[in-house]
Amino acid sequence: MPEEGTLSVVSGLTVNERQRSLAILVVLAIVGLVMAAAGAARADPMQVHGFIVLLFSLGMLAVILNGYFAPEPSEARLESYYDDPSKAGIIIAMLWAVFGMFVGDWVAWLLAFPDLTFDAAWSSFGRLRPAHTTGIIFGFGGNALIATSFHVMQRTSRARMPDQFSPWFVLVGYNLFCLLAVSGYFVGITQSKEYAEPEWYADIWLVIVWVTYLVLYLRTLARRKEPHIYVANWYYLAFILVVAILHIVNNLAVPTSLASVKSYSLFSGVQDAMTQWWYGHNAVAFFLTAGFLGMMYYYLPKRAGRPIYSYRMSIIGFWGITFFYMWAGSHHLHYTALPQWVQTLGMTFSVMLLVPSWIAAANALLTLNGAWDKVRDDATLRFMMMAAVFYGLSTFEGSFMAIRSVNALSHYTDWTIGHVHAGAMGWVALITFGSIYAVVPWLWKRERMYSPALVEVHFWLALAGTLVYVFAMWNSGIIQGLMWRTYNDSGTLTYSFLDSMVAMHPYYVARAIGGLLFLTGALVGCWNLWMTIRQPASASAASGDTPLPHLQPAE
Amino acid sequence: MFGTHYRIERKSIALAVAIMVVASIGGLIEIAPLFTIDDTVEHDPDMRVYTPLELAGRNIYIREGCYACHSQMVRTLQDEVERYGPYSLAVESKYDHPMLWGSKRTGPDLARLGDKYSDQWHTAHLKNPRDVVPESIMPRYAWLSENELRTTHLGDDLRALRAVGVPYSDEMIANASADAVAQASPEDDTAGLVKRYGEATHIRAFDGDKTVVSEMDALVAYLQILGKLSNAAHRPPAPNE
Repeated sequence: MPEEGTLSVVSGLTVNERQRSLAILVVLAIVGLVMAAAGAARADPMQVHGFIVLLFSLGMLAVILNGYFAPEPSEARLESYYDDPSKAGIIIAMLWAVFGMFVGDWVAWLLAFPDLTFDAAWSSFGRLRPAHTTGIIFGFGGNALIATSFHVMQRTSRARMPDQFSPWFVLVGYNLFCLLAVSGYFVGITQSKEYAEPEWYADIWLVIVWVTYLVLYLRTLARRKEPHIYVANWYYLAFILVVAILHIVNNLAVPTSLASVKSYSLFSGVQDAMTQWWYGHNAVAFFLTAGFLGMMYYYLPKRAGRPIYSYRMSIIGFWGITFFYMWAGSHHLHYTALPQWVQTLGMTFSVMLLVPSWIAAANALLTLNGAWDKVRDDATLRFMMMAAVFYGLSTFEGSFMAIRSVNALSHYTDWTIGHVHAGAMGWVALITFGSIYAVVPWLWKRERMYSPALVEVHFWLALAGTLVYVFAMWNSGIIQGLMWRTYNDSGTLTYSFLDSMVAMHPYYVARAIGGLLFLTGALVGCWNLWMTIRQPASASAASGDTPLPHLQPAE
Repeated sequence: MFGTHYRIERKSIALAVAIMVVASIGGLIEIAPLFTIDDTVEHDPDMRVYTPLELAGRNIYIREGCYACHSQMVRTLQDEVERYGPYSLAVESKYDHPMLWGSKRTGPDLARLGDKYSDQWHTAHLKNPRDVVPESIMPRYAWLSENELRTTHLGDDLRALRAVGVPYSDEMIANASADAVAQASPEDDTAGLVKRYGEATHIRAFDGDKTVVSEMDALVAYLQILGKLSNAAHRPPAPNE
């Protein structure tokens, strides 16, 4: 954020909140110093993270001190929503998007041309790949969820957040976690659990941040002027609660020393595999689905100017997803050493999961009835519509791939990668871009985005990128799976593993091109966002976007 | 039903508790029994533990993210058994904290890799895969030969693993660093290492360089033990099966 931006943010905090920030940052800086010293004494990579924590805290301290002596904000601030953390979160989310997509496209090219990298440990495929997944899921997705949830919970509650410190603690603390995670991979710090790679101390830090997030959410809901909690909040709440459960259980581990980054998972073998995929699949369910459904349930009807199609479908969809998803993780372990009964349960619930998933997707699309002319004209709404379509498609594909006999072919192949990206690009990223294009003019009090034409360009780049990517991976995955199981007339396997690898090359090139299109779209989006922020505010925009006066507590 | 919901959605705490309860059921029913049902993991009294050098190699395998492209889980499918070897049993990863079953085969499965290729092949392949397999798309790991293996704190690793259930003895923990060096130094005194970890322990300069114990030594030692901790998967089925 620009210099004057951070200054106005700090001067918006009360003196008490500034002091609390300073206190936390001083403690954090000391923790960083201790980590650095202890790590250095042991020559452990912990020292790197100690220095990162220290520098991060000192940097934030400088920001706070810079505005520390500004006059205290007036009481008038309580008559509007508190949106500074949402604004910062959206900018940070877009920066992570560019980083994550850049690394993703780099590793995609590496699979086609393996020497397209530096001759250094940090830049090898195995270290870059988690930087891509974490950068996208937690950096881009997580920041977008935090930023939009702050916006949505205040509007749907018609109440301002209870304080201005907690949202900053959540946002800044969360980004420290992301920074520790991604920098860790480059220096070789990982516990190898997919999408839960960060080590024990980063995991503990995330728990602290996450509990603050939950408490902030519940405190805001407690101040609401609307008797009912809107459906978007159910999803955001499920996202926060269940991710906490998953994160804590899957990351239980014993560190080798308090001065060492290395830890050993509490579980081993088959129990660890089941716990990991219970986590892994439900990270998809509650991070990448529930949270973004919360986004969809607010921004899609708002942008379309239509109420949600069906209250009852919202209820069935929500509880179906919350209940069924948690059983589905074992479909990642078909035909493995996991007992058959667990595999069967996982398959059964995965298939049943299609019902609530399609109810949620249908509820979104039916909401657009009467507004399809807007979908045609407005690329922002079209982003959200297309996201709901991809959500429906990839949940169907997911249920299909969870069937044991299909999984025998698809598992371990690029088909899984294609499926994940149909969800991540087609659903998660499109709903996020749509929501960002909707919320940015509201937050910054602009008439509209700087360039609707560039939103249109971004839409087609994103859609083309997703389609090229997904079709490439469908082809490569199915070819791969078939080659592995093809027998010749004499009853022996026809193809060596190497044959199947060589056959992938053209698809890997196509996939990297699809990724490049998608990344280009995100860069166009960043430019448009930047130019929108630089425009002068318009007085007429977003009138009436204020909380109800705080007369008496709700209920 | 919708009437009940109409009431619940007015209470944030009730809603939060309901979400936690509904979301917990699946995991409890699928995961908890895996710890209590006895035949979830087969019994193998002859199961070995990783030596400190193999464990260090395993940690390098984790550090470099090898699991992102290589599975270690042969499924119970005919083509997999014919391509890789006997299907994997749960007991084989009993001491794997965490497991490395993997989820993607950009490269082949490694569950049965141990003793399949020579040390020289592995070292050359890791330095530049395309020297050995021209079509390979695997990254180069030449720097592993240049990095000296850090063995100082391996005792801490063994102690942590014992805390989560791997049967390392006090003696193993006390000698972890020395044992790691000894395993890659065939001309040293290796009697203690053999006594602690058994006759089958591979003792040799895995990367061909006897002067330094490198990360390459550790990783190759680990790759050569894959699928070899337990023989359970290779035994003929019992008559009543």
